[in-house]
Amino acid sequence: MNKLTSRIDKERLLLGIAAPLLAVVAALVVTTLVILATGKNPGAAFSDMGTYGFASDSQVYILNKATTYYLAGVAVAIGFRMNLFNIGVDGQYRLAAFVAAVLGGALTVPGWIAIPLIIICAMATGALWAAIAGILKVTRGVSEVISTIMLNSIATAVIAYLLQPGKLGELQQGGTLVSTKPLPSSSYFFSIDTGPAGVLWGFLFIAVIVGVAYWFVLGRTRFGFDLRTVGQSESAASASGVSVKKMIATSMVISGAVAGLIGMPTLLNDSHQFSNDFPVGIGFTGIAIALLGRNSPIGIALGALLWGFLERTTNHLEFQGYDKEILGVIQGVIVLCVVIAYEVVRRYGLKRQQQRVGAELAAQAAATTKKQEVA
Amino acid sequence: MRRVAKLSAACIATAALAVTATACGSTSSDNTSSSSSSGGGKGVKIGLAYDVGGRGDRSFNDSAARGADKAKTEFGGDIKELTAKTSDTEADREQRLSDLADAGYNPIIAVGYAYAPSMTKVAAKYPKTSFGIVDSVVNAKNVDSITFTEEQGSYLAGVAAALKTKKDHVGFIGGVDVPLIKKFEAGFVQGVKDTNSKIKVDTQYLSHGSDTSGFASPDKGKEAAQGMLDNGADVIYTAAGSSGNGAIEAVNGVKGAWAIGVDSDQYNIPGLAKYKSSILTSMVKNVDVGVYDFIKSVHDGKPLTGTNTYSLAKNGVSLATSGGFIDDIQSKLDAAKKKIVDGSIKVKTTP
Repeated sequence: MNKLTSRIDKERLLLGIAAPLLAVVAALVVTTLVILATGKNPGAAFSDMGTYGFASDSQVYILNKATTYYLAGVAVAIGFRMNLFNIGVDGQYRLAAFVAAVLGGALTVPGWIAIPLIIICAMATGALWAAIAGILKVTRGVSEVISTIMLNSIATAVIAYLLQPGKLGELQQGGTLVSTKPLPSSSYFFSIDTGPAGVLWGFLFIAVIVGVAYWFVLGRTRFGFDLRTVGQSESAASASGVSVKKMIATSMVISGAVAGLIGMPTLLNDSHQFSNDFPVGIGFTGIAIALLGRNSPIGIALGALLWGFLERTTNHLEFQGYDKEILGVIQGVIVLCVVIAYEVVRRYGLKRQQQRVGAELAAQAAATTKKQEVA
Repeated sequence: MRRVAKLSAACIATAALAVTATACGSTSSDNTSSSSSSGGGKGVKIGLAYDVGGRGDRSFNDSAARGADKAKTEFGGDIKELTAKTSDTEADREQRLSDLADAGYNPIIAVGYAYAPSMTKVAAKYPKTSFGIVDSVVNAKNVDSITFTEEQGSYLAGVAAALKTKKDHVGFIGGVDVPLIKKFEAGFVQGVKDTNSKIKVDTQYLSHGSDTSGFASPDKGKEAAQGMLDNGADVIYTAAGSSGNGAIEAVNGVKGAWAIGVDSDQYNIPGLAKYKSSILTSMVKNVDVGVYDFIKSVHDGKPLTGTNTYSLAKNGVSLATSGGFIDDIQSKLDAAKKKIVDGSIKVKTTP
C-alpha cells in the first residue's frame, strides 16, 4: 500500500472500498448498455442473475470455483507484491496437476500418506517450473514476462507429449478421452455433501489456510517485509541489506508452489485424474482476480467469489436467450475498470493528502510566525 | 487505526458469505417455474449442448443441428441450444446439462466427447430424462451413445486423395491430437498407402492436449494448409471443426489442389460456396442421422440406449459426391467400401 496514504485512516478506508465499488458499478453500467445494444432487457438479465446466483446449488458451485480461483489469485499476487509479473501460473499449475495426477495414480499407499504426497508433489513441480523463470531472471536478466509465457507453451507441449496412450496416459472408455491413471478412491480429498445443492469441495479449507499464511508471511514476518520492500524499491531494499536476487528467485519459487495447488481442488475433489479436458486458463483468471483484489488476502477472496458468481450466472443467461459472450464483456470491463478506478482513486487520494499536508504546513507556519511575533 | 480497514474488510467478507448462506435450502431447480415442464403433447423439447464452435461451424456441430432441425420440423416442439466455451470446466458442462434437464428438456443431446464425464453424473441425477452423447460412450440406462467409424470413412477419403494427387504428395490436418482425430488420421493414411504406397503423407495437428483451440481457429487451419501446399502437397484432408474452413480457403488459392472436407458435405455449405470448386469431396459423418434417430426414438416413446455405432455399412459415414469431382473414381471407391464392409480390409483406429 501507498505509505503516504496510510496516514489518512478513515479516508484510506473509504478510498480502499471506493475503487472496487466504482469498478463494479462502472462494469454494470457498461454491461447494461451492451445488453441494451443487443436489443434485450438488462433488468430481467440482472434479476435472473440474482435469483439464479443465490440459489443453494449455485452457491456450492461458486464456492468450489472460488476455491480454485483464490489459489490462482494468491499465486499471482505473491509475484505482484514483489513487482514480478508471473504470467506462467497457467503452465505451472497444469504441469503440477499432471505430474501430481501421475504420481497419485501410481501410489498404492493409504490416503493419509498419499494425499499430502500428491499435494507436495504438485507444489514442488510448480515451484521448479517457476524456478526456471526465476533463475533466468536472476542470472541472465531475462524478463519473467517473456520466459513464463514461453514456459506456458512448453508446459502444454510437454503434457501433450506425455499424456498419450502408451506413455503416461491411458485411453478411457469410448476411445475418445486420454487421461492419467485415475486416483484410487482412498486418495480423494474429503468433501461435504450438502444434499440437493451438490458437493462442497473440502479443499476450500486448504485455500483458507493458504490465505491466512499469505497474510501472515507478507504482513507479519521479516521475509514478507523484505519482499514488499524489494517490490516497492529495489535500490532501497539493497541499500538496506536485502539481497534482491535472492528475493526474486525465492518469491518466484513460492509463487510457483502456490500455483501448483491450483489444480488440486479439481484433481483431488472432482476429476480424480488428469485428462485432456482438464480446465485451462485459470492462471490468467488469477491475474484478473489478483488485480481486482488488490493483492490483499480478503480482496482476492471477494474477487474469486465474484468471478465464480459471474460465471455461474452468465452460463444461465445463455440459457435465457442472452448471448454467452456477455460473460467475457463483463469480466473484461471489470478488469479494465478496476485498473482505471484504482489509479483514479489513488490520484484523488494523493491530491487530498497533499492538500491536507499543505494546509497543516500552512497552519504550522502561521502558528510559528505568530509565536515569533509574540516573542 | 489501520486495523479498522482490515476489520471492515473482514466484515464485508463475512457479510458476503452471510448473503450466500441466506438462500440455502432452495436450489435453482426449485426456483425455475415448473410451468415450463415437458409434455403437453406439443412435440419434443430438444436440448442441445454443442461443443466448442457451436451452430454455424459448417462442420461437426452443424451436422448435429441439422438432425435436430429435421426432428423439429417433423415432430414439432422446440430446440434449446447451448454452446461450450474453450475455458469450460467440468462444472460448466455439468451445469449446462443440468439446466436443460431442470427446464424439462427431453431428450438432451451433448455434441462432443468432452461431455462424457459430466453426462455420466447428470444422467444419474435425472433418470427420467433421455440423454444422447455424440462421439463417446457413457454407460447408463438412460443414455444413447452415438459413435461413428470415422476411420472407415477416412480410409475412403485416403483412397480418393491417392487417386487424385498428381504430385504423389497429400496432407492431413487434425484439429487436436486427441484419440478421436487420430482415428481420422489412421484411416486416411492407410487408405492412401493401400492405394499407392509411394505417396507421401504430411500430418499436422493444430493444437495439442488440453488446448482445444485447434477445432475453432480458421487462421491456424489456413496457415497449416498453406505450409503443406508450399511443401508440394496437392490434396489436403482436414478434420478440425471450423478450422477446416481456413484450410479450404488456402487450398482454393492454389490451382489444381484439392481439399477434402469433413463431417458435413462442405460443398453444399453456403458459407463455403466461394471455395466449392476446390472441395473434392467430404468425409460426411452423419451426426444428423444419429441425432435424428435418437430424437425420433424418444418421440416414439422407445428411447434408444446403449452404444449405437454408425458404421460405413450403415451409411453412418460416407463420401459426399456433390460437385461430381469423384465420379470418375467412384467404382474404385465402391470396391474399397465393399472390402471394408465385408471385413477383408480392417481399418486401424490408431496411426
